[in-house]
Amino acid sequence: MKISNEQLKEMYLTMLKIRKFETRAMDKFAEGKIPGFVHLYLGEEAVATGACANLRKDDYITSTHRGHGHIIAKGGELNYMMAELFGKEDGYCRGKGGSMHIADASKGILGANGIVGAGHNIAAGAGLAIQYKGTDQVCVCFFGDASTNQSTFHEGLNLASIWKLPVVFVCENNGYGISVSQARHQAITDVSVRATAYNMPGVTVDGNDVFAVYEAVGEAVARARKGQGPTLIECKTYRFRGHFEGDPTVYRPSGELEAWLKKDPIPRMENYLKENNVITEEEIKKMNADVDKMIDDANAFADNSKVPALESALEDVYTDIVEEGRIR
Amino acid sequence: MRTMTYAEGIREGMRKKMMDDPNVLLFGEDVGKFGGCFGVSAGMFDEFGDRRVRDTPISEGAIIGAAVGSAACGLRPIAELMFMDFATVGMDQIVNQAAKLRYMTGGKITLPMVIRLPEGGGVSAAAQHSQSLEAWLAHVPGLKVVYPSNAQDAYGLMVTAIEDDNPVIFIENKTLYAVKSEVEDELKAVPFGKACVKKEGTDVTIITYGKQVLDAMKAAEALAKDGINAEVVDLRSLYPLDKETIFKSVEKTHKVVVVSEEVKRGAFSGEIASLIAEECFYECDAPIKRVGALNTPVPFSMGLENYMLPNDKDIEATVKSLF
Repeated sequence: MKISNEQLKEMYLTMLKIRKFETRAMDKFAEGKIPGFVHLYLGEEAVATGACANLRKDDYITSTHRGHGHIIAKGGELNYMMAELFGKEDGYCRGKGGSMHIADASKGILGANGIVGAGHNIAAGAGLAIQYKGTDQVCVCFFGDASTNQSTFHEGLNLASIWKLPVVFVCENNGYGISVSQARHQAITDVSVRATAYNMPGVTVDGNDVFAVYEAVGEAVARARKGQGPTLIECKTYRFRGHFEGDPTVYRPSGELEAWLKKDPIPRMENYLKENNVITEEEIKKMNADVDKMIDDANAFADNSKVPALESALEDVYTDIVEEGRIR
Repeated sequence: MRTMTYAEGIREGMRKKMMDDPNVLLFGEDVGKFGGCFGVSAGMFDEFGDRRVRDTPISEGAIIGAAVGSAACGLRPIAELMFMDFATVGMDQIVNQAAKLRYMTGGKITLPMVIRLPEGGGVSAAAQHSQSLEAWLAHVPGLKVVYPSNAQDAYGLMVTAIEDDNPVIFIENKTLYAVKSEVEDELKAVPFGKACVKKEGTDVTIITYGKQVLDAMKAAEALAKDGINAEVVDLRSLYPLDKETIFKSVEKTHKVVVVSEEVKRGAFSGEIASLIAEECFYECDAPIKRVGALNTPVPFSMGLENYMLPNDKDIEATVKSLF
């Protein structure tokens, strides 16, 4: 595995950004600043980071309801993200999407999505556009273990494999579909075995090991860029929080979370970087302080942004039609 | 003037835009070498090749999803579902993805895509291959819905649909595919949101679209013999809707019959009727009437199906009930 020290630091920074953004979102949700549903990515940072470290700005991703990590790793702006979570007019979606619908076409982010499994077919469509135009871009499709029971998983993988589309399907197997454990929602242990049905390579990696993810996705991306078709990569990981904030997580066996906290991907990466003299303790402190400032800034940006003008609810339904509002 | 079939009108519209714009492509079940289940894309595979005219697996979610994803990335896909009934299998992609991605992302994603849906009964195809479900789709903000009744409009609306930067539901009627109608020597685009007054009249307005335009014209002819001069309005576009033409006609005739092939309960025809009731109630001097299919699934056996579906005689009788 060849990763420059500079890139290693960049990846570490991304992990920190996700961790601290999510921690702040958790706090702000508890304070009542963030309405609706929030699904946090805490604990799964290595997957988005390792996968997106292989991508260019012009590559695409499709994301999920648990999408903040993917968006940050693909270059999403923290200010606009936080403002969207707050439902403000400077948010990515101008306050019309919230946590589950952040997108940034200029960065290839085709959107988080509130429908479990919606991304598989959309990613195949992105792959079709890439192949049609003849570029060497790729699309990474993120999804959870539970979504692999949706018909869309099978439809998307099938289409991508028969047409050899440049899509990398990255399954974040966090062991649960909401409250239902993997053992109760599917009769397989490794999601990657499902690749066989679509005659594509399927691998399982430790999703809390950012290097394992980076390497597996890197290989798949290289294949996709060369026109050799899709790959299914399963990253075994765990969410430190519940399905959504407010989830009492009564379905978790005792000791499970504690065991996974010991495998926290961030200290793991940090130790590697220190042991291999990539980074000093001082640099780590500085990076933490830098990211804290970014999060404070994003929080302030969101706080200071206005609530959307009511008429804006009528905009963006179509490119060219604005429906009538109501007078109140 | 020359004549053309409805299917040819659709095909010529697609061909025109595929020749104009290299980013336009067509995919769906059997649209390639086979030429489409109803022959609408016949010859297009040979003309444009398998890169631009693609057979898909029988996988409606993937067909619509691939249209959403490829449109988000700069293509202008035309996705065909073999029967509108199959939209149910790809409904998440139509309703939750295609219709809403632009809105939910605050305009960050644009989806220039067309979904072709052949609908309607009259071919003994029974309840899963004969439905008219336009009300479901016209109900959803984010979609535009058009439905031509003749070859000229089929061409013109298809051209406009492909040029539109929003998801467009293009409804086709199976029994019209082989029907010939007159077209201009030089075919032109038809704008959305512009109804067409097919026949001017003074005594009653028949508002309809799709196949029922033909039935309404037949009924109008019969009514004329009884001294009732009916005006026939072909909506062409369900959303955006040409309210102006509807209201103008009601203000002229003061009587309205709305006709569609839909099961009457919850039909789009009800939307038109309620719109007239809300906005020009005082122009009406009789109850607003609707003609539609019976509230049952579409039956198979020909006699049963004919009984269930509305026809020109039902329109005629309903109009007469107002006099």
